Amino acid sequence: MEIFVQQVIAGLTTGGIYASVALALVMIYQATHHVNFAQGEMAMFSTFLAWALIQAGLPYWAAFFATVVVSFVLGAVVEFAVIRPLHRAPELSVVVVFIGLLVIFHSIAGWIFGTQIKEFPTPFAKDAWYASRLMSAHQVGTIFVALCLVAALFSFFRYTTLGLTMRAAAQNPASSRLLGINVGRLLMLGWGLAAAIGAVAGMMVAPVVYLDPSMMIGVLIYAFAGALIGGIDNPVGAVIGGFLVGVLENLIGTYVVGTELKLSVALVLIVGVLVVRPAGLFGRRVVQRV
Amino acid sequence: MTRVLEIKGLRAAYGATEVLHGIDLHVDEGRVTALLGANGAGKTTTLRAICHFQVKTSGSVLFRGERVDSVSTEQIAALGVGHVPDGRGTFVGLTTEENLRLGCHARRDRNAVADDLERMFTYFPRLKERRTQQAGTLSGGEQQMLAIARALMARPSLLLLDEPSFGLAPLVVKDIFAIMRRIRDEEKVSILLVEQNARIALELADTAYLLETGRIVKSGTSAELRNDDAVRRAYLGQ
Amino acid sequence: MERTTAMNAQMQMTASPAPRALWPWVTVLVVAAAAMAFFVKGYVLFQGTMLLSYAIALVGLNILTGYNGQISLGHGAFYAIGAYTAAVLMDKAGAPYWVAIPAAGLASLVVGYAFGRPALKLQGLYLALATFALGVVAPQLLKYKHLEPWTGGVGGIVLNKPEAPFGLPLTADQWFYLFTLVLTVLMFVLARNLIDSGTGRALRAIRDHDMAAESMGVDNRHYKSMAFGVSAAFTGVAGALSALAVQFVSPDSFTMFLSISLIVGVVVGGVGTLWGALFGAAFIMFVPAVAEKISKDAAWGVYGAVLILFMFVMPGGVMGLIARARERLTRVSSGA
Repeated sequence: MEIFVQQVIAGLTTGGIYASVALALVMIYQATHHVNFAQGEMAMFSTFLAWALIQAGLPYWAAFFATVVVSFVLGAVVEFAVIRPLHRAPELSVVVVFIGLLVIFHSIAGWIFGTQIKEFPTPFAKDAWYASRLMSAHQVGTIFVALCLVAALFSFFRYTTLGLTMRAAAQNPASSRLLGINVGRLLMLGWGLAAAIGAVAGMMVAPVVYLDPSMMIGVLIYAFAGALIGGIDNPVGAVIGGFLVGVLENLIGTYVVGTELKLSVALVLIVGVLVVRPAGLFGRRVVQRV
Repeated sequence: MTRVLEIKGLRAAYGATEVLHGIDLHVDEGRVTALLGANGAGKTTTLRAICHFQVKTSGSVLFRGERVDSVSTEQIAALGVGHVPDGRGTFVGLTTEENLRLGCHARRDRNAVADDLERMFTYFPRLKERRTQQAGTLSGGEQQMLAIARALMARPSLLLLDEPSFGLAPLVVKDIFAIMRRIRDEEKVSILLVEQNARIALELADTAYLLETGRIVKSGTSAELRNDDAVRRAYLGQ
Repeated sequence: MERTTAMNAQMQMTASPAPRALWPWVTVLVVAAAAMAFFVKGYVLFQGTMLLSYAIALVGLNILTGYNGQISLGHGAFYAIGAYTAAVLMDKAGAPYWVAIPAAGLASLVVGYAFGRPALKLQGLYLALATFALGVVAPQLLKYKHLEPWTGGVGGIVLNKPEAPFGLPLTADQWFYLFTLVLTVLMFVLARNLIDSGTGRALRAIRDHDMAAESMGVDNRHYKSMAFGVSAAFTGVAGALSALAVQFVSPDSFTMFLSISLIVGVVVGGVGTLWGALFGAAFIMFVPAVAEKISKDAAWGVYGAVLILFMFVMPGGVMGLIARARERLTRVSSGA
């Protein structure tokens, strides 16, 4: 029973990370109908930046916030320089470019920071949380950070004018432009936010899995699964999906297939959802009109 | 009588296909001007051309005396042109109130938003009832009202209306046009009305133009056009 | 699905069957390639064999993605299935290579078709997602400890290169190179026939506008899963050939990098072209080796830069460039 609870908590921890990345994916999907395949590698790159800042002597939280800001800018620049010029290109071209970005970020990280596995500090103590046998402070901290992130984003989108404008621009760019809304600038903002979220996710996962260029590929797949399960156009769903995938991954990995095949579970989930219910649990069914 | 909108020699093209072949028209301040024509005549294109929206244009467009030929769509909205597109263009995933608030984006003074909301609700009481409802669940007529109200929230000097009667039942259309008459009187906004339904357009408008395959073929007061034989036969079913 | 007119035009130009005038050149090319077997060292022959294997794989991927519009980011998985099927058959069942290779193709065909059936519902993006996951997961599956008695686990399987039959005076390298060359020609001919046939037109119709195709009587489901199967079969055969050329299979030879290399090869050569496969294969064969001299991760970096640059500057790939040049030349010569 204890193992079960431990696994659920571990699942919620990693689930929180998947939920965050899934949220970033959904944000970009809602605004552009594209999936950012490079989301994971961008997050990994950001985490390396944080590591470098910490190595250079910056205290953790200073490095954390600096990285978030830099990642925001990086995301906005990528949207403006690489993605926007292709907004009328065929789907294949856009996917290819995303893969190109994935690959470039992967290689630059390895090139600048080296591929040796590195330790990444956690701001939360690594040991047990109040001497609980079930969870560590880092796990609780991660779940807490993920929930804060999600809450902040929801408040932003629901209660601020800028958030409302972004939602409008994502849903109907044409009407938005007629109202004077600068859709391009909001796209940059959206990408910046997504990149910032990714950076936070990366910094939360690195202490557990150690930092190396291949750190986030698995996380990305799980985040995809989470986003799809929740409904790729539904932020709430993405978050729920992310947590769900985290827990499922751990439970199935522990009790059914063994830990080496955990990623395959994600694959099965992805294909399963896409085949059985492509709109996910909470997404809107899209009818293709002739 | 000042002209809030003056167009000379306007050409518009989608890609390589020219759709407007040099049209001249103007809208007097505080008046309603109708742009009539059959499907495919280029009426929607004219409104889009004014806003530099999705179409390549050449020719001169003067808004309140200033040239706006090379101004972006977003800037034109900020200058005071409210464009209600064909198909309404409501944000179906957002609530009625959120739609209305978005209308204020182009304004410089965001303070009077609450007052303006109330004013819109007096024109369109049905919108007040559906304030927190998702815009996608509103009926066609209500969505049209929402689209007009949203554009008015920006306190535009010129309102561009693209086929407000489209797809709506006659009673609903009557309703909407009655409200527009009120708006014209009370809001001091000039209106350029594009309509396929010539009869109802001529009832509201002061002046009118007739567009056929990208060219203006007739213009005058709405009384003149209503009594024109060709117009009566082709567009008024007489 | 919309396309820019430029990409469309390039696809039209390069999809047309090779004019009659081209066949003599092709024959010369094949003969020259064969003759090479007798003049170059064994290692160069090995590289040639690998290049041909990649070319076949790229033809396979192009059938699916270029001609049928289904994006696959995980084709390395089918390459792996082909390689491992051949290796297991030869190592565990003692099958000869000329049985193992077609068997590998068949196994990949079955798996490809099986993946293609549920994938029918997946439009562009979602399919890309699913195949991406497949590509990432493949090595993990290959390392699975319960499959170890078959797959050899992390250690992989070692193979022997086939000797020339009938006592022909050829080294193993020469023989296998020529064998691969003949197989490559065969598969190109097969692909060409497929693309030019009614089936090929159906595939392209589905790519360009699947709803219109369906309403004109094209059975989308059948063609799309068939495209997946055939594409996987080609790539599986290529994988089997590479297994024999390298004489070794292990899970880490079939990572995400391979799937991405295949996409790069298709993009560089030209999406929706046949001959592009040769250019693409050359690119993915030689560029990483050169790039690695600069830095270990440089190969990835070059790939990324190429992918992005090509989409901006040369969306039709090398074949697209050639087609544009050809068009310009004919315009000039006709005095236009």
